[in-house]
Amino acid sequence: MQKLNELESLYTKGRISRREFMRRAVIAGMAMAVAPTFFPKGARAAEGPKRGGRLRVGMGGASTTDTLSPAVLTDMMMQTLVYGQLGNSLMEIDNAGQAVPELASSIESSADASTWLIRLRKGVTFHNGKTMTADDVIHSINIHRGKSSTSAAKPIVKPIQSIVKEDAYTLRIELATPNADFPYILTDYHLVIVPEGSDGTDGVFTGAYRLKSFEPGVRSLTVRNPDYFREDRGWFDEVETIGINDINARTNALKTGQVDLINRCELKTLRFLERMPNIQLVKQNGYRHYTFVMRTDTAPYSDNNVRMALKHAVDRQQLVDAVFRGYAVVGNDHPISTGNRYHAGDLPQRVYDADKAKYYLKKAGMDRLKVDFHTADAAFLGAVDAGILFRESAARAGIDVNVVREPNDGYWSNVWTKKPFCACFWGGRVTEDMMFSTAYAENAAWNDSKWKHRRFNELLVTARGELDEVKRKAQYGEMQRLVRDEGGVIVPVFGTDIAAASQKIGFDTPAVNWELDGFRAAQRWWFKS
Amino acid sequence: MTRVMTWFIKNPIFKMVGQRLAIGLGTLLVISGLIFVGVEALPGDLAEAVLGQNALPETVAAFRAELKLDLPAHTRYFTWLGEVMQGELGNSLASGKPISELIGWRFKNTLFLAGTTALVAIPLALILGMLAALYRDTWLDRCLSISTLAAISFPEFFVAYILITLLSVKFALFPSISSITRDMPLMVKLHTITLPCVTLTLVVLAHMMRMTRAAIINVLDLPFIEMARLKGISKWRIIFNHALPNALAPIINVIALNLAYLVVGVVVVEVVFVYPGLGQLLVDSVSKRDLPVVQASGLIFAVTYVGLNLTADVLAMMSNPRLRHPQ
Repeated sequence: MQKLNELESLYTKGRISRREFMRRAVIAGMAMAVAPTFFPKGARAAEGPKRGGRLRVGMGGASTTDTLSPAVLTDMMMQTLVYGQLGNSLMEIDNAGQAVPELASSIESSADASTWLIRLRKGVTFHNGKTMTADDVIHSINIHRGKSSTSAAKPIVKPIQSIVKEDAYTLRIELATPNADFPYILTDYHLVIVPEGSDGTDGVFTGAYRLKSFEPGVRSLTVRNPDYFREDRGWFDEVETIGINDINARTNALKTGQVDLINRCELKTLRFLERMPNIQLVKQNGYRHYTFVMRTDTAPYSDNNVRMALKHAVDRQQLVDAVFRGYAVVGNDHPISTGNRYHAGDLPQRVYDADKAKYYLKKAGMDRLKVDFHTADAAFLGAVDAGILFRESAARAGIDVNVVREPNDGYWSNVWTKKPFCACFWGGRVTEDMMFSTAYAENAAWNDSKWKHRRFNELLVTARGELDEVKRKAQYGEMQRLVRDEGGVIVPVFGTDIAAASQKIGFDTPAVNWELDGFRAAQRWWFKS
Repeated sequence: MTRVMTWFIKNPIFKMVGQRLAIGLGTLLVISGLIFVGVEALPGDLAEAVLGQNALPETVAAFRAELKLDLPAHTRYFTWLGEVMQGELGNSLASGKPISELIGWRFKNTLFLAGTTALVAIPLALILGMLAALYRDTWLDRCLSISTLAAISFPEFFVAYILITLLSVKFALFPSISSITRDMPLMVKLHTITLPCVTLTLVVLAHMMRMTRAAIINVLDLPFIEMARLKGISKWRIIFNHALPNALAPIINVIALNLAYLVVGVVVVEVVFVYPGLGQLLVDSVSKRDLPVVQASGLIFAVTYVGLNLTADVLAMMSNPRLRHPQ
């Protein structure tokens, strides 16, 4: 019977065909034992959400230095706790990648997309019983603004020029420059709403669960908020999050049933985990991507021919297969993922081509090229291996890539943006504008390739204020092409977020903006009966 | 009264304790300086570590100003030292919580795991060591030597994974993660920490057992044991009443070293079993450059070492009649 369960699990996961399933079952002499309901008619019957149970999450990305302050939220444990269980933002990203109102009830812009009128949902109460009004919202956004703010979200709210309270449930926000994506900015996980005067560290928010206990880096326990303003969220009675940073410990905890859900699975052993009958994998092709950054203000990378040569010397498919074991998607040298709204699917896919690399090298007036590539696993897990593979594929194109392994500790302050050619990762952004303005605009602090392209920067401003969808798509399409063909960043791979859960857990198509259904598995998922 | 005083001063044990405590304080001062210099020498500071890739220059500057990280290093060190002298450990820079609160529970957990392991490992090591000495060069002796040395030769995490695979994944006897909570009953707690406890026992057993064996064998070769043997005293009585008391000093020292290791050196085991001890706090604090927490944990570890070594010396002296009754 164990064997049959395994077969059934393989079939449900789509790893074997129905024909293959029957063949193997017959060989094993078990065909008669297959339940008649196992092969559903048409699509798998959707099982609706159900209340109850305690969800236990084994969470990687916890630290004893964690705090509940929305201005910090460094890693998964706090992001899923504060944004996923305890709190809400004005807007949220649904599983179609659209910004929809959450604590706001409606949002509308002026014709030039520079003034936004936000109406708040009425009757929302904080966990301490206080009713949420415009004052709380203004306070919550102002935490991240101002000169003395130490918030990581400071650059996100920078475009906000003023926030005016119209009445208790309405606010008007003026932006310094027009931005059609402003509703998307309000979905940011730092911008959760706290009561006026609070910094969030007492755990009082508006969310689906109330904080019962919290031990930084170790464990948090939340219980369902009976006064939550949404009926269709928060299905569990309690949610226990256990910080488990060791990937093997996390996997074992799931295997032995000590937790129901883990994040960030190990790719090397994933096929064994996938084969276990009572475990399901949750895969999300999100915005996260891994990059090789060249500083375009430094020779030889200041020559676009050199950059193009290097771009053609990366074997993307090999990286996907070898470093990411197939759980990744090849990139096209721009940071916009297939999950984004204006992804340019019509751009031809860049592939490994030693001849083209040589051609561009010649165009740059070189026979051979020798570069130092700085990398460390701090950039992303597998970045050192990726560097080695890059060296091999580049060697065949006449480029000598010297892989310099840097210490993990302090990588972001000492290597990234300092060394002319290094590995990096981006969590990605939900909108094209946020991604480009953060890392490709000429005056952006994180423009790690120091790329300055006039046409690109003009388009960036135009597209930001453009409310016409068709024009916008064309503009962002052109920008993706510019980054791809003239930019200073190689984007070989988009990552796949992989979580693993017990089969008892049910969920809809997950939102891909962040790991674990946009950090919100605890709110959106449920236990099947 | 004066006689009592002079007895105290003249008594070598008290004299030694006094001296060692004074030296210990000096050691702590030096250690705090070394830790400070060490963490300062690491690249980056708390602001950059916490903000990570998101570190904008102006945010970092605001962060530093708020936490007074922009003051010169020596000023910060002496401010900290002054506060510690008054018994004030200060607040964590990263979370703003009082350090005593952060460390208290975790230190208790560390002591709980170390204590439980010691209660299992020390008697076991002594008994096995005596058995090995008694049946020297027999198959029992060899088996014990080979198996304990094998256990100590593997890295801790490897032993831990083997135990998890066998006792947790294969046969669901014990939980694979030992996430204990504040309100757990003692029996549940003990069940939860079984696997880390066994792992650590395997790691420390060989050292103590081998030392017991060697020390006893050493004594067994002395003339007075031969005398006892000739008198016809039973083997066990010779070992227990005559050999062991004379072999105690080195054994006590090794036990103290291993106890200290159980308190300060088990971070790998903590990570593998997700045990909320002090080691994990120290590692996290170093990676975030949370200096006051690193200092406080470092001092606790140093106190543990100094204290246990002192205890070992005192006990070793007390086990020696010549030192116990000075002229």
